Amino acid sequence: MAKAELMNYEQALEQFEVVIGLEVHVELNTNTKMFCGCKNEFGNEPNTNVCPICIALPGALPAVNKTAVESSIKIGLALGCEIAPTGRFARKNYFYPDLAKNFQTSQYDEPIAFEGALEVEVPSGAVHNVLIERAHMEEDAGKLTHIGGSTGRIQGAEYSLVDYNRAGVPLVEIVTKPIYGAGSEAPELAAAYVRSVREIVKGLGVSDARMERGNVRCDANVSLRKKGAEKLGTRTETKNVNSLRSIERAVRYEIQRQAHILANGGTIIQETRHWHEDKGATSAGRPKSDADDYRYFPEPDLVPVQPSRELIESLRATLPEKPADRRKRLAGEWGFSELEFRDVVNADLLDQLEETVAAGAKPQAARKWWMGELARIANESEEGAIPNITPAQVAELAKLIEDGKINDRLAREVLGYVLAGEGSPAEIVSARGLEVVSDDGALIAAIEAALATQPDVLDAIREGRMQAAGQVIGAVMKAMAGSADAARVRELLIEMANK
Amino acid sequence: MSEITPELVRHLAGLARILVSDEEVEQFTKQLSVIADSVAHVSKAIDADTPSTSHPIAMANVFREDVVEPSLSQAEALSGAPDSADGRFKVNAILDEE
Ligand SMILES: [Zn+2]
Repeated sequence: MAKAELMNYEQALEQFEVVIGLEVHVELNTNTKMFCGCKNEFGNEPNTNVCPICIALPGALPAVNKTAVESSIKIGLALGCEIAPTGRFARKNYFYPDLAKNFQTSQYDEPIAFEGALEVEVPSGAVHNVLIERAHMEEDAGKLTHIGGSTGRIQGAEYSLVDYNRAGVPLVEIVTKPIYGAGSEAPELAAAYVRSVREIVKGLGVSDARMERGNVRCDANVSLRKKGAEKLGTRTETKNVNSLRSIERAVRYEIQRQAHILANGGTIIQETRHWHEDKGATSAGRPKSDADDYRYFPEPDLVPVQPSRELIESLRATLPEKPADRRKRLAGEWGFSELEFRDVVNADLLDQLEETVAAGAKPQAARKWWMGELARIANESEEGAIPNITPAQVAELAKLIEDGKINDRLAREVLGYVLAGEGSPAEIVSARGLEVVSDDGALIAAIEAALATQPDVLDAIREGRMQAAGQVIGAVMKAMAGSADAARVRELLIEMANK
Repeated sequence: MSEITPELVRHLAGLARILVSDEEVEQFTKQLSVIADSVAHVSKAIDADTPSTSHPIAMANVFREDVVEPSLSQAEALSGAPDSADGRFKVNAILDEE
């Protein structure tokens, strides 16, 4: 893949206005699939959650999952949408073996929800009102594995293997209207929007919302137009952007790539593009073509969905707190500074902090661990993934420090063992004997040894120069391999000085 | 009169992955024209207020409870497939995607 030439980002923003549009697919966590009673479950043996309906054997007839419809309505309501009094399913015809029917059952001109809006806060603190065009119900496709060829991708593949376990899993596709005016923040807004949608569906309990499993997936449309121009530019649709970080990077990349082409007199081709996280670049997929003539028509095997006002209102009554309200509440409860709180939101660690605090940690201690040591470990890991630790374990670690059982240095050591799978922090501390030494006898001996080389320290402390104590504390720590209770050493030193 | 042209028939055949001969294109153009004209005729009988109909019977809200039912076994699922490997359906690589 030849790396495209890019325009400097700031320069691109000076010359062009960015317009983005986002399509988010949310996989629902119903027990069964959208149109059949097969299990909706991730990670099973291939083709074991399939039946005549979802592998399209002749004569099989679909039946709509009631819970999936209710979940879709909840999503629509949470996005501030109108719910359609009549929604219909439609066939989207295409030939690709990820669905055995040669069509995807979707919704076309009568989506279940339409005309909504979502307030999205970007890292700078600015709030954008993103307008929602529609949210419609459809089914997921099966999973293809391309065999042969060198890269495992389809180019050069000799054949493909299909697992239909995912075929027919309920999806809700949420489509925004074109988003103008985000300027240089367009990439951050795209990521923040997807984060908000994910928070909403997670809060509703209608999706597991795990991006790494593809429960939430995003296609990002990007187009540029010369500043002041009326006409919208040609857009590209970047697929395969499945982490918040990737979304931000992919949008930024497309802005720079398109700007370079346009500034040099070129034209943008309307096409799908693929994001490659490893290369930090998009590559051209297929251009829009005849194959995109999907010949939608009403699904004759399914009757319309007509949710009653009573049903809609009863579902509305179950909606949880809105993400924006939740943030306001947590910011108040935790007493963080505005900047501290925003950093947590931007690091996507709100859930973890909330759960850690719920497990008994002080808010600042929870923040310190997630935003400090754990974030550092995540940054150093290859995928930038949050380390494999539960909020309850972090809370336990914080509690051990608070109770004086371990100090910060030991806590970091314990954390390493937790991440290595050795058990809970408390178990590790007792199994490895990592508790701080607060036994006065041992500490006094170490202090006396340190004082032997720094005899002036006690005088200094008596004169109120407390910084002198630091040298002794450091020496004691060193002598005891970091396991000394620093606070107790300090107390003992003061006692000794005042004797 | 209908707007079914031989080009449109070829386009539709391409979308449906059906190979058609020149004779067939001519034949289908005529046949589809009759169908399209008939539909156009019906369209004349309705006005803008007539709701669209996708089903002959006025029925809505036919749902299934979200309860797991038995699936096929992997062997059953693959039994009708022309070819399979590793518990999966084996298909030709399709080159115009991804
Ligand atoms: Zn099934």
